[in-house]
Amino acid sequence: MPDRDAAEMIAVQGLTKVFGINPVLRGLDLSVAHGEFVTLLGPNGSGKSTLLRILGALSRPTSGSVRIGGWELPKEADFVRRQLGVVSHLPLLYDTLTAEENLYFFARLYDMPSEQRAERIRTVLERVGLWRRARDVVRTYSRGMLQRLAIARAILPDPAVLLLDEPYTGLDQDAAALLDDLLREVAVSGRTVLMTTHDLRRGYLLADRVAILSRGKIAFDQPTSAIDPGALPSLYADVTGAATVR
Amino acid sequence: MSARGDSTTKRADVQAASARAVKVRRPVTPYWRAVGAIAWKDLRAEFRSRELINSMLLFTLMTVMVFSLALELDAEARQTTVAGVLWVTIVFAGLLGLSRSLASEKDKGSLDALLLAPIARSALFFGKMFGNLLFVLVIAFVLMVLLTVMFNITLIHPLLILLVVLGSVGFTTVGTLLSSMSVHARSRETLLPILLMPVVLPIVISAVRGSTAVLNELPSEDWMPWLQLLALADVIYIAASYALFDFVVEE
Repeated sequence: MPDRDAAEMIAVQGLTKVFGINPVLRGLDLSVAHGEFVTLLGPNGSGKSTLLRILGALSRPTSGSVRIGGWELPKEADFVRRQLGVVSHLPLLYDTLTAEENLYFFARLYDMPSEQRAERIRTVLERVGLWRRARDVVRTYSRGMLQRLAIARAILPDPAVLLLDEPYTGLDQDAAALLDDLLREVAVSGRTVLMTTHDLRRGYLLADRVAILSRGKIAFDQPTSAIDPGALPSLYADVTGAATVR
Repeated sequence: MSARGDSTTKRADVQAASARAVKVRRPVTPYWRAVGAIAWKDLRAEFRSRELINSMLLFTLMTVMVFSLALELDAEARQTTVAGVLWVTIVFAGLLGLSRSLASEKDKGSLDALLLAPIARSALFFGKMFGNLLFVLVIAFVLMVLLTVMFNITLIHPLLILLVVLGSVGFTTVGTLLSSMSVHARSRETLLPILLMPVVLPIVISAVRGSTAVLNELPSEDWMPWLQLLALADVIYIAASYALFDFVVEE
């Protein structure tokens, strides 16, 4: 039986992932408490997306232990999937369907009772400010609108955990600011959030904790209250060896 | 500075979120509900864009025209070749649809959204397979009408329809499985026919032989073995796909 009373919502221990002969994750340890918002920073190729794919049960770990909500991956992946909402830099939507049809499809996939579907779809679309465009085909949406709809899709089944993989990719300033507001709303609703990003400032402002992934391991992990925001870029550069940082 | 509200509100929200996590009464969506949702989505998306069905229909029309003009056959020769024309066209037109079915999901990233959903992997397979089957059957029935007109042979026959349905089930089953295998390859458009043709050969041979026997109004002992072989191939391909699809989509 899973240890569902554990303080950690996400518990990763000694996680390794090897593609062919290339190790991407090398004994990674990470824990995220219930309701915590953790930002995961790291350069390209450090293993951020691979970690999120493993947490999303899309990829099998080579070794190590991964638990979400007390359920073990990959053995209890069905239980884990039920608790997850995922937003990536790709919208994961169907561009020939309307926003409403997309969400209706995912509501059916998540076995949402039919009498609740319409109300829940309206609620999440209003929350991301897309209700008035609900019957427009997704192909006609801007990048920012797509990302808002992707968040609506992710929170539709009311998941306990949100995994965000570089959600700011390709967004202009206005769209990014809108996404900030949305993520703040999602964060205060008590969900556990793990977000990867290259945007140090945004990552810091939204999170309770910042971790830096470098060469397949967590090289830095501190609460935001213990980090001087002005020193974060140089800290990041020291930890990762990056030449320039934003 | 973080996104959180005050600590009391936060504690209550965290408890509510934790309760959401604990209440996992049924981990996966009922099997056939998931299959139906995926097939509905494919049909709805295709009804909106008509990309696939239009290209398959156009290909079918062109192929029938080429066969009909290139092969100047007498009535007897037409009777023996029309089943071959029927099945070759079904297979190649079907390939157009199969190669796009999962490739478009992969390209748009929506394949990940399907794999993230709490559904059985095989339900995803059968959802995609039923969508593909419907497209192939639409093409097959249009083709039967076209061949009836162009070759002046009546193809609308209950036994022939049964053979077409059985053949299409086997073809789309193995085609959907192999297209999900080739979807990650760089040259997937060329890889799929190379993988599919040898595997689908027993179905094509049985379907052509059975159809020819039916069209020539031969006794049941001439078409029944082919019909049984088709049904057996369908059962084997469906069982194999059900067992293998989990491993095919796993990373």
